[in-house]
Amino acid sequence: MSSERKAVQKLVSGIPGFDFISEGGLPRSRTTLLTGSAGSGKTVFALQFLVAGIRQYRQHGVLVTFEEEPAELIANVASLGWDLEEMISANALAIVDASPVPGEVVVETGNFDLVALLARIEHAVRQVSAQRVILDSIGAIFAQFHSPHAVRRELQRIAVGLRQMGVTTLLTAERTDEYGAVSRFGVEEFIADNVVILRNQLEHEKRRRTVEILKYRGTTHQKGEYPFTIDSADGVTIVPLSAINLTQKSSEMRISSGNEQVDEMCSNGIFRDSIILVSGATGTGKTLMVTEFIKAAIADGKRALLFAFEESREQLHRNALSWGIDFADAEERGILKVVCCYPESMSLEDHLIHMKRYIAQHDPQRIAVDSLSALERVSSTRSFREFVLGVTSHIKAKETAGMFTNTTPALMGGESITETHISTITDSIILLRYVELQGEMRRGIAVLKMRGSCHDKDIREYVITSNGMEIKEKFHGINGILAGTPVFSLASERQQLDSMFKYDTRRQDRTRATDTP
Amino acid sequence: MMYRLRLYITGQSAYSSTAIKNLESLCANELRGIYKLEVVDILENPQLAEDEKIVATPTLVRLLPPPIRRLVGDLSDKTGVLLGLDLVPYKREKNEE
Repeated sequence: MSSERKAVQKLVSGIPGFDFISEGGLPRSRTTLLTGSAGSGKTVFALQFLVAGIRQYRQHGVLVTFEEEPAELIANVASLGWDLEEMISANALAIVDASPVPGEVVVETGNFDLVALLARIEHAVRQVSAQRVILDSIGAIFAQFHSPHAVRRELQRIAVGLRQMGVTTLLTAERTDEYGAVSRFGVEEFIADNVVILRNQLEHEKRRRTVEILKYRGTTHQKGEYPFTIDSADGVTIVPLSAINLTQKSSEMRISSGNEQVDEMCSNGIFRDSIILVSGATGTGKTLMVTEFIKAAIADGKRALLFAFEESREQLHRNALSWGIDFADAEERGILKVVCCYPESMSLEDHLIHMKRYIAQHDPQRIAVDSLSALERVSSTRSFREFVLGVTSHIKAKETAGMFTNTTPALMGGESITETHISTITDSIILLRYVELQGEMRRGIAVLKMRGSCHDKDIREYVITSNGMEIKEKFHGINGILAGTPVFSLASERQQLDSMFKYDTRRQDRTRATDTP
Repeated sequence: MMYRLRLYITGQSAYSSTAIKNLESLCANELRGIYKLEVVDILENPQLAEDEKIVATPTLVRLLPPPIRRLVGDLSDKTGVLLGLDLVPYKREKNEE
């Protein structure tokens, strides 16, 4: 029983994603050190802890600032939609200003302590009955005094004082290297039982923000780095990718892919909550399949959401119209939402958050992404893999049907990163391939896999007409379509059997030869 | 010239009493008759520390003559205190160093 009482409790932070990776939030009534290099988002992260507490849990907060002046700080975070002044006047927030007075010379004349600061913090905590306190950032206080030893000793006193007050504290500190000492001045060694590191690395000319919980004394947490973003709508959002659970339900309900013949190949349609990957080279009709997929939703009166990373809305509307599907009308009726954006316009983590936001807004029953591989070029392999995982798991958790397209780099055959990354996550894979036959480019379609159902194993020819995709007979007497090297053989059945027999006898000869060395 | 000094302390701590002792002897020796001293206990009135942005204690603030000067610590470094309050000319500062 006593161990139960002593176990570290956690305080739900309210920062999206953080409570997941920390398995419940920040250790309650303890001090957590938040370190990171310049520009890693420490102040925003810490402030969000306060703001979320005030807004979501009615837990008041105290902000102790060592570096920025309060007025400056208030102005800086106004762009995130945080009105600190209003919180102060509502008695939900108090600021303790410990920033250096500009132009004032401080002379040290002997021993000192920081009891004044502690008294001020305590006063502020009592004033607003705060449960959350942040100190930002303690590196600045080392700059104000000559003796780091004295400052260290005093910070320890403050940490103890804060613990006695029962408040949950977040303390920010600078570090110089992304993968070096935890913090400057070695504060982590004596102040905090808990350390959270924010990183802002340059990876292939792209900035990538990550958060890692380094240690949580006496309690558990998820390990490793998790990407996060900072944007004006939500502030800090952590994307807990590798921590996604495979808990999605599945149903037996089948829906149409938008093309009857494709449905037939999938033995009567695709599952309602499955994700289909359509993979093919440029011009094989991937966008057409997406358009038909959306058309089926419109016909059923279901909401659909299309993320287009390659074409503009006007282009998509025009192309759909040429196949007899009116996207513009569907958009006006609010049944369809087309989101067009350049892959380069933001980082992948931002894309993910944007997509999630649109999904939440529109609540679609069908989602299409055209194309997923366009996003591949704006990121490193690692973040792309995480992004794909994030998108698919989010869609799967919503139990909606999803269709992703993937452009293969090679015209014939080929494999791409997208395929290798998500083929295990998707439920069905449809391959669209060029087939070169006697100086002619023909197209072939194959259902590579379909989870939980049988499907057509043939590679069939298809043509694109003004009515859309028309699937024809299977290719006869051709080998190596998927490999991108079709071999056309005119052999009759009889000849084939003969050659098989010959092959077998030869093989027998060979095995016999190896058996008797 | 009139000196207005304010000393911020925290209760009965050792640093606080040393600072008071040091300051009293300094005033008696260097500023006889030309100073006004006020001692503020932060533990009794933390809001005053908030208003003046006091972080460390003891802190001695020279309010007059301008400019405002802040001296942090228990004032046991006599030369430092004299320099900080501009009671010794610049030359001696150099010699000291």
